Amino acid sequence: MFDFFKKNSPGSNPVKSSLTERLKQGLSKTRQQFSSQLASLFGGGKIDADVYDELETILLTSDVGVAATQYLLDQLKQSVKRENLQDTTELKAALKAALLELLTPLEYPLTINEQKPFVIMMVGVNGAGKTTTIGKLANLFQAQGKSVLIAAGDTFRAAAREQLQVWGERNNVHVVAAESGDPAAVIFDAINSAKAKNIDIVLADTAGRLPTQMHLMDEIAKVKRVIDKAHAGAPHEILLVLDANTGQNAVMQVKAFDDALKVSGLVLSKLDGSAKGGVIAAIAQARPIPIRYIGIGETMDDLREFKAADFVDALFDA
Amino acid sequence: MLENLTGRLQGVIKNLRGQARMTEDNVADAMREVRMALLEADVALPVVKEFIINVKARAQGQDVLQSLTPGQAVIQVVHDELTALMGKANVALNLAVVAPAIILMAGLQGSGKTTTSAKLAKLLKEQKKKVLLASADVYRPAAIEQLKTLAKQLEVDCFDSNASQKPCDIAAATLDFAKRHFYDVIIFDTAGRLGIDEAMMAEIKALHAQLNPVETLFVVDAMQGQDAVNTAKAFGDTLPLSGVILTKLDGDARGGAALSVRHITGKPIKFIGVSEKVDGLEPFHPERMASRVLGMGDVLSLIEQAQKNVDIDEAKKLAEKIKSGKNFDLDDFKAQMVQMRNMGGMGALMDKMPAQMSGMAAKMNTADAEKSMRRIEGIINSMTPLERRKPELIKATRKRRIAMGSGVEVQEVNRVLNQFEETQKMMKMFSKGGGMAKMMRGMQGMMGGKLPGMR
Repeated sequence: MFDFFKKNSPGSNPVKSSLTERLKQGLSKTRQQFSSQLASLFGGGKIDADVYDELETILLTSDVGVAATQYLLDQLKQSVKRENLQDTTELKAALKAALLELLTPLEYPLTINEQKPFVIMMVGVNGAGKTTTIGKLANLFQAQGKSVLIAAGDTFRAAAREQLQVWGERNNVHVVAAESGDPAAVIFDAINSAKAKNIDIVLADTAGRLPTQMHLMDEIAKVKRVIDKAHAGAPHEILLVLDANTGQNAVMQVKAFDDALKVSGLVLSKLDGSAKGGVIAAIAQARPIPIRYIGIGETMDDLREFKAADFVDALFDA
Repeated sequence: MLENLTGRLQGVIKNLRGQARMTEDNVADAMREVRMALLEADVALPVVKEFIINVKARAQGQDVLQSLTPGQAVIQVVHDELTALMGKANVALNLAVVAPAIILMAGLQGSGKTTTSAKLAKLLKEQKKKVLLASADVYRPAAIEQLKTLAKQLEVDCFDSNASQKPCDIAAATLDFAKRHFYDVIIFDTAGRLGIDEAMMAEIKALHAQLNPVETLFVVDAMQGQDAVNTAKAFGDTLPLSGVILTKLDGDARGGAALSVRHITGKPIKFIGVSEKVDGLEPFHPERMASRVLGMGDVLSLIEQAQKNVDIDEAKKLAEKIKSGKNFDLDDFKAQMVQMRNMGGMGALMDKMPAQMSGMAAKMNTADAEKSMRRIEGIINSMTPLERRKPELIKATRKRRIAMGSGVEVQEVNRVLNQFEETQKMMKMFSKGGGMAKMMRGMQGMMGGKLPGMR
């Protein structure tokens, strides 16, 4: 089961940076699942209807979703026709290319501009990993020599504030929190405090909410408006945190949060445990929003920028 | 809940209902649609495959072919198979052991274990059990703090553990504490863990051995995708699970996990989490859920919900008034609305209605309806007790005062008074004519069909 130290076949990935390796480790489950099935499929032989059926099954069980699976298969069939592919081994390269083409538009890293403070608002459903991601982001930005302040805007869930304060202590970051009350007010205070202290980046946490709860979606739209009042033009980035374990519901989450807030970036969390990350293909098709980061482990530095090529490589190379 | 799946399956059903004869072709067409609908809803692929095979086999069997309404018969088959998939009947918690009965909670990170532990504690407390909550989540910052805070809100005891202790020490101390203080039930919350994390899985296995719980509940996020199969397997292989709790079902228009998790783990779904609030935990009834998925509504749950949340005395008083046809005043009018809200509001009610009815209701926005109900309440609250008893007193000056008091325009106050008068008239009709039965017949005629479960 734990064979991620197994040597990969050489030549499949020319640049073997440590980052790719880490990603591969994180994605090992995904890769294992996906590629062990693919290996038998791409082992050579004639391309026939059975192969497509099998491929459909693999893509569907990887959470790629019905629409995106259909799209990828159509692409594949086209290139088979166009390039007159005969053998299943050639199919692999074609599928990789189709997937890469689908995912590349999502590769668009976050750039922190000269706005001071640069306000990042974190949103997502309950248990997606917002608070943990904030901890990791704070660590990342500090390593880049930036000063960070965290606003504990989750005033709903019990002990959410305490959880952030622990993260803050570990990173030596100041956390602005209030006993309870209005999330918008807490974040408003935090931004003003950041201005006074000349802080570079404000990370604003918010309570988890399901997109079906209209009043909570209204509330978060209000939080965004209040942030703009505290600092015109802010928030400069709205990150939606998605749990990689989520199925097609992730697409609905992206649509709902984007409609309410205009989400500017995604974070795909818990990619280390998921056997699939396929839902991003469905997202890429339905609502292409850049994936800024992926979470591939539980420690502080397990947050990486999303690289489509690495992701696809890690999926396919066994 | 489950709107997407329901919507798609309804299309199929509508189609089938019109078929005079079942052929291999139209069954195959319908099944292709059903397959897509299930996959879109994140039902695990192996489960989908088996489901389709079963339904197909039965749909081409004698029962269906000889039926006068084959379309209807196929729908019945789908309903039966859906119910079977989810486990036939509700399975309750088994707490019949020497106290303290221990419930161990396990699941992935962020699946909702801590919140569910608290909800479960509330449920058991209502059944007059002496409940102790305890948390061995020493990894996630402030996780123990979260459980303690929730326990305080619910007025349930929480064992005083802290993050510097070892989980097994916490378990031993909790057990000791519970025995000495004669608790009926311990709900033992654990840290979230990945099925592939061997060290953490070993830890929970050890905890299980130490606590020897009567219930080991696997907490699953209803929004989980196809990987649910692997996660459930990993937990099922490590722990002798006794049941499953599905969380966040309110957020999901798909709810595929509800359909696949029973099949994968072989363990019954015991509860479903349907709201963020502490009372948002319901027992799971497969046959009712199947009805709901197929758009037939869940009137039984609705009635139970009503019994649980409606203030019986209040309702009796209201019934008396309706019967006599006298004295129905603005206070009663308000009480009606409060009762409705206690049952979870319009949205929750509509969710359990048969599709024809909720379809009707979909035209009016439930959120707007709730808002206007709140506004009416506000307006009534701005009236004096005398005005509420004798609305005829309310003339221009009083109207202006009430409008100011509730922050609305005078027209709105007028509208509420008109609405109240209409209701009052209806109440009078009630008491005179054939009463409730006549009214119900009228309503049934309106809906154009029987309510399911009422024969």
